[in-house]
Order: sequence, then C-alpha cells, then structure tokens
Amino acid sequence: MSASGMSGWWVAFAGISRRETLRFVNQRGRFLAALVRPLVWLFIFAAGFRAVLGLSITAPYQTYVLYEVYVTPGLCAMIQLFNGMQSSLSMVYDRETGAMRTLLVSPYPRWFLLASKLVAGVIVSIIQVYTFLLIAWFWGIHPPLAGFLAVLPALLLSGLMLGAMGLFLSSAIRQLENFAGVMNFVIFPMFFASSALYPLWRMRESSVLLHDICALNPFTHSVELIRFALYLQVNWLSLGVVLGCLALFFGGAVLMYDPGRGLGIRRKGG
Amino acid sequence: MTTPALSVQNVSHSFGAFRALDDVSLTVPRGSFTALLGVNGAGKTTLFNLITRLYANRSGVIEVAGHDLRRDPGPALRRLGVVFQSRALDADLTVQQNLMYHAALHGIPRSKARARVVEVLAQVDLSDKAGAKVSALSGGQVRRAEISRALIHRPELLLLDEATVGLDVKSRAEVLSLTRWLIAEQGVSALWATHILDEIAPSDRLVILHRGRVLFAGLARDAADGDLTRAFLELTGVPA
Repeated sequence: MSASGMSGWWVAFAGISRRETLRFVNQRGRFLAALVRPLVWLFIFAAGFRAVLGLSITAPYQTYVLYEVYVTPGLCAMIQLFNGMQSSLSMVYDRETGAMRTLLVSPYPRWFLLASKLVAGVIVSIIQVYTFLLIAWFWGIHPPLAGFLAVLPALLLSGLMLGAMGLFLSSAIRQLENFAGVMNFVIFPMFFASSALYPLWRMRESSVLLHDICALNPFTHSVELIRFALYLQVNWLSLGVVLGCLALFFGGAVLMYDPGRGLGIRRKGG
Repeated sequence: MTTPALSVQNVSHSFGAFRALDDVSLTVPRGSFTALLGVNGAGKTTLFNLITRLYANRSGVIEVAGHDLRRDPGPALRRLGVVFQSRALDADLTVQQNLMYHAALHGIPRSKARARVVEVLAQVDLSDKAGAKVSALSGGQVRRAEISRALIHRPELLLLDEATVGLDVKSRAEVLSLTRWLIAEQGVSALWATHILDEIAPSDRLVILHRGRVLFAGLARDAADGDLTRAFLELTGVPA
C-alpha cells in the first residue's frame, strides 16, 4: 500500500510539512505575533535609535545607511530564531501530549523524520521573512531586487541552523514549563549579543570581551549571512560557521532522539 | 510452521538500577487475541515501548512478522499498528487530518490515503466525525479514532496499551468488540495490554506479567482452570 522507493520518503516528508503548515494556519495568532515582533522593532525601536546610532560605512553596504536598513537583516534572523524556538516548543508539546510517538513509530529512519520536521519549520519561517521584507519595502527598506532571490539560500541555511538548535534544545527540555528558561538563557542573549542591532565594531568600542562573545555567537553569523546575501554578496566566514553549527546541532539532535538514549519520550511505567 | 505476528525472546530492560523487564519471552500467534495482563508498573508499557522502538532493545530479540526490530526496523514497524495508553492524536487537527498525517508517515500517497481514511472510519463507525476536531470527540470516540489511525496502513499486528482506560462501560465494550471483530474479519493479530480481568475471554491467549517477569503464558482457560482471579492472585499475590 505504501509508495515504493524514494516516493514513499517524499510522501512522508510532504505529510510532515503539511501538518506543520496546518498547525501554523490554525494558529493565526502565531503568524501575527511572528510578524508584529520584528515590525515593532523596525517601526518603533529603529526609528527611535536612528538619530542616536550613527553608522559608518560597513560591508556589505556601499554607503551610509539608515539604522532601519542596518537592522532589517537582523530582524529577518530574529524571525527565524523565534520560529526555531517555536518548533522546539511544539516538539516538547508533542512529547507531553503524546503526539510525538506517532511520528517516532513511523518506519522511516529517525534522522529523516527529524530532518523533515526541521525543513517544514524552515519553510514556514521563510514565508514569514518574505512577508516581513514586503512590509519593510513600504517602510523604505529597498535592498536590490535581485537580493530578494539571493537571500533565499541564506534564509534556508540560517533557518536550518536555528531550527536544528531548537530541535537539539527540545531533546533536553523535559517539560513545557521549562521553556521560559530557554527564552531567558538562549533567545534573548543570542539576539542581543549579536550583530543584529549594532555592528561588531561598535561593540568593540564599548567592550572587547563583548565583541568577542558577539563574534563567536552563531546567531551573528546567521545575521551576517542574510545581510550579505540581501546585498548580493557572500560572507564566507558566516557561511562556514552556519554550516558547521547546523551539522553540530542536527547531529546532536539525532543523537539525543536516538531510541538508545530513550529521550524521545518520557519514561512511564505500566 | 507459520511465523508468529510477534515474537519476543529473552528481552530485559533496566532504568538505571531498576530492572523493568527481566528475561521476558512471549509470542502472539497470527490471528490471535493475546492479552497481556499485569497491574500498573508490571512492565507492560516498557515492553510496548521496546516493541515500538521508542526504547532501544539491547538484549534478546524482538521480531514482528519475522522481521528483527533491531536489524530491520523499517519493515518491522510497517507491520505494527499501535494504540497508545494516552492520547496520541493531535487535538488541534480534525480526525481526517490526523489520519492523513499518519498515512503519510507510512508513505501512503494521498489518493490512496483518502480512500483508506473513508474505509477505516466506516470500520470504527466514525464516518460522521471525519471533519470534527479531535478535541471535540468523546473519550470513546477518541479511542475509536486512535484504532482507525493504527489501522490505516493495514498492519498485521495491533498493539493496544490499556486501550479502555478512562472509558465508560459502554465505550469499553465497544472498543473491545471492535478489536475482536478486526481479528475475526480482517485477520489482524492483537496484543492487548490490560489490568482488567473482565476483558479476557477463556479462549484468548494470556500472558501474565508481574514485576517485569512472565509468570504465565498459555490459553486463559488453562490458568487455574479458567478462574482468572484465582490464577492471578496465586501467581502474583496481588488481588485483581
């Protein structure tokens, strides 16, 4: 009855993607929240700081840019960061409610099931980012038109890396209640200690240590990969870091969800 | 000799120092209703988690329809349909969306899956609830929806882990008779984990599990001459 060969794998991947999309569509508030968050930063925070934060010419920009222009790639990455954590939250929720077991007893290998879930989440995040970029366009953020296409692979890689990080974290989080800790100890430090809001050279002016922390933060490299791609350039260092972290986080997640570790489900007697 | 639907040989499993299963062996012959009887904490769910590969089996051998779960997990899991002790359906999706999702997880193309959803929902008498959200169903309806989910890929073996827990008397009887009907009419086999003696008929195969060990395996009528309450008390020291 099952499709044979590769088509069966495709059917399974499409099914997982469809479920993620259905869940997303059913939770309209989630889509709205994902959009409102960066828009608040763009419309209010960036507008307020435009006068305070002067930016000298910084690659990949060819000239002075407004603060709103500088902060836009960081906000794209922020959407993906929150989406990755939302996927992680949904994995923990699925584990608590039992829906996760349906996924894990599929005859397909566990790495494939996790990868499918990861890619499905990234597709959702890319739709969110493009909607945000469209609204930002009307706010005067005008990257080169070709940049909208060039940024797609960067968004894919960045989304995969941040989603894989969420997947890895979800394997270690035992209860939904513990998720507040992730917000405080992962999302906020990653976002603020990065180049999303200020260039790294500005960080160095205030603290060399803080600059080094920001430079080591994988989220910084997500932001820079997106920023350079949006302006039709490749930041090779960021590409390398994002690929390396993707391999590390996804490998860790597969290891943690391995049945041998028994972490895919909660232990329950009977 | 026909390969059994399920063969568990010398399986043990520990959580740290606690030995949840100790050298467990049992078989589920094809087309049989095999009851796995044990009090809470006997090791039934741990055994189910090993058979479904939610836990890795490190000792002994588990075979589903002749496929070794450790060496050949894909074909083994393809032949399994599982009804978990607690709800495993997505409450935010409709019954049909849940079934389509599960069909996809087994690689069933959408065109075939749609037809199969209609078929299994008719079998469990839930055709009129296909478009209803799972959160809107009663306990008995959720259980029947869970069974339809487990049947969608035409498994050879059904694992039902305390499938009647939390149901009223009528719904319990419906779920039990549905399972027996599936065995008689569809040719599936079932391993039915329970702690309720009333659910076991004299002609059923019975495995009594207690503190991780198999204390009895055979026909229910052969246990203390069919007096299951006495048999259970004598073997386990626990009133059933």
